[in-house]
Amino acid sequence: MLRFAVQRLLGAIPTLLVLIALAFFLIRLAPGGPFDSEKQLPPEIETKLRAAYNLDDPLPVQLGRYLLNIVQGDFGPSFQYRDFTVSELIATGFPVSLRLGSLAMAIALLLGITAGTLAALRQNRPADYTIMGAAMTGISIPNFVLAPLLVLVFAVWLGWLPAGGLGDGSLRYLVLPVIALALPQVAYIARLTRGSMIEVLRSPFIRTARAQGLATHTIILRHALKPALLPVISYLGPALAAIITGSVVVEQIFGVPGLGRFFVQGALNRDYTLVMGVVVFYGSLIIALNFLVDLLYGWLDPRLRQS
Amino acid sequence: MIRPHEIVTPEGRSLWSDAWRVLQQNRAAMTALVLLVTMTLLVIFGPLLSAYSFDATDWDRTSEPPSLATGHWFGTDALGRDLFVRTLYGGRISLLVGAVATAVSLLIGISYGAIAGYVGGRVDQVMMRIVDILYALPFMFLVILLMVFFGRNIVLIFFAIGAINWLDMARIVRGQAMSLRGKEYVEAARAGGVRGSRIIFRHIVPNLLGVVIVYATLTVPQVILVESFLSFLGLGVQEPMTSWGALVNEGAQELENAPWMLLFPATWLALTLFCFNFVGDGLRDALDPRDRQG
Repeated sequence: MLRFAVQRLLGAIPTLLVLIALAFFLIRLAPGGPFDSEKQLPPEIETKLRAAYNLDDPLPVQLGRYLLNIVQGDFGPSFQYRDFTVSELIATGFPVSLRLGSLAMAIALLLGITAGTLAALRQNRPADYTIMGAAMTGISIPNFVLAPLLVLVFAVWLGWLPAGGLGDGSLRYLVLPVIALALPQVAYIARLTRGSMIEVLRSPFIRTARAQGLATHTIILRHALKPALLPVISYLGPALAAIITGSVVVEQIFGVPGLGRFFVQGALNRDYTLVMGVVVFYGSLIIALNFLVDLLYGWLDPRLRQS
Repeated sequence: MIRPHEIVTPEGRSLWSDAWRVLQQNRAAMTALVLLVTMTLLVIFGPLLSAYSFDATDWDRTSEPPSLATGHWFGTDALGRDLFVRTLYGGRISLLVGAVATAVSLLIGISYGAIAGYVGGRVDQVMMRIVDILYALPFMFLVILLMVFFGRNIVLIFFAIGAINWLDMARIVRGQAMSLRGKEYVEAARAGGVRGSRIIFRHIVPNLLGVVIVYATLTVPQVILVESFLSFLGLGVQEPMTSWGALVNEGAQELENAPWMLLFPATWLALTLFCFNFVGDGLRDALDPRDRQG
């Protein structure tokens, strides 16, 4: 298991480096220098500025320094929010996004696995067709379409829930954003669970359990669920990435002051350091969580560790 | 895999006629296919039916609800532009992105996967290691970065989206190419002195078409989604040109006084994605020999 973990860690590190290097070179390749403004700076001042920010060093040296700063959590100052560093903005926005994202993930797993299992148990019967039809619809409605539709129905027409903001921070304000984030993932997970559950239910050990007269719910919960969930677990990585990406638009639509909203504002205002900081932060988070998912998978499925 | 001499035998059934038969029996997939063709035709020729152009503003008719009498069948937007024509123009962009970006991803993915799978050995290991590394990158963020740094350029969008979606295709094609490599006709070609590159593109790639078609169909909705996402954030196509994502965004801002601005483009976008997913699923059932019955 330890060897497996080390192996996976060695796999994650190059990805992280590629991400940071890509981000770094994109900034450098971008048209326009950091000191471009309406007023032409006197050449001697620009030289001094370049020297102060070490912009005259060779690129690899600059990349190394950038890497070192990031490791220390220093993403530089924000261009747009003059009084804040990017790290401070991340520290403000991320807890909000984390709350939203983890709730959405929990709901996606709970609902998705339940619906998928139910559909598998009723394979090719009306309940199955209903659940799978709903799942297909869920997959085809992206969250940036779902979110305004939810607002239209539940906030504007019915007036049951607030249309946006965090208000007093109560759960009422989180319901719509969390649903908008979770539903497409519920659909994916339901489809995955159904497929693998059907296969597991056909296997000999389930037939044996049936022959022993075990109740269906015992068979499902005790025996079938664990092997059937393996594909779902390997989908956790992409699901996390999708929820993080989705949170960018969902936060924007609902006016939730999370990290995604900072990101969109930064992107529209060309706040280079902020955008870069969020990309590196979220990218590292996704890579780190993927690593954990890999470990979980290896722990659940011993065959994987040996290969 | 069916070999050419089997296709010409009288009672033999080709992969394609078999697949077509299975697909025709799949009512959901066929309905989706018909809908897709209809929508594509409408998107191309529909604007000719309307008296309005996509970018003409009419300040006396802003945010008008849909009506047959005025000829604004989908209503007008906040600038008084006709939403029917704008929705169809947005569809042109979305479908075009779907086609071009998918083609780009196919081109990269098939070449990469076929070379890795056919050559094998260390080359394959290195090439697939690179795919593994790229696979874990959060590409949506990188595309957003590209748009932020290099401006909103429609050609760049097309190629950027295509260039990030080839990884799945490369993996699938590589697996298939590896199994094809050992086939007798490939060996025969090699014994006959055919060059490696020629074997890959004349013998390996044509036999991958089934898998490629299935995944291409499933790639189209993905790339349409990415473009809509970018346009929704305001990083995609530029005004007055539009796309479904941009229209949904405008609609989301006028929810209370003009819900039709959201509902029409949202329906078209969701319906298109829905149809592509259904056709893709149907094709997978039809072309995947594993589940072949009878």
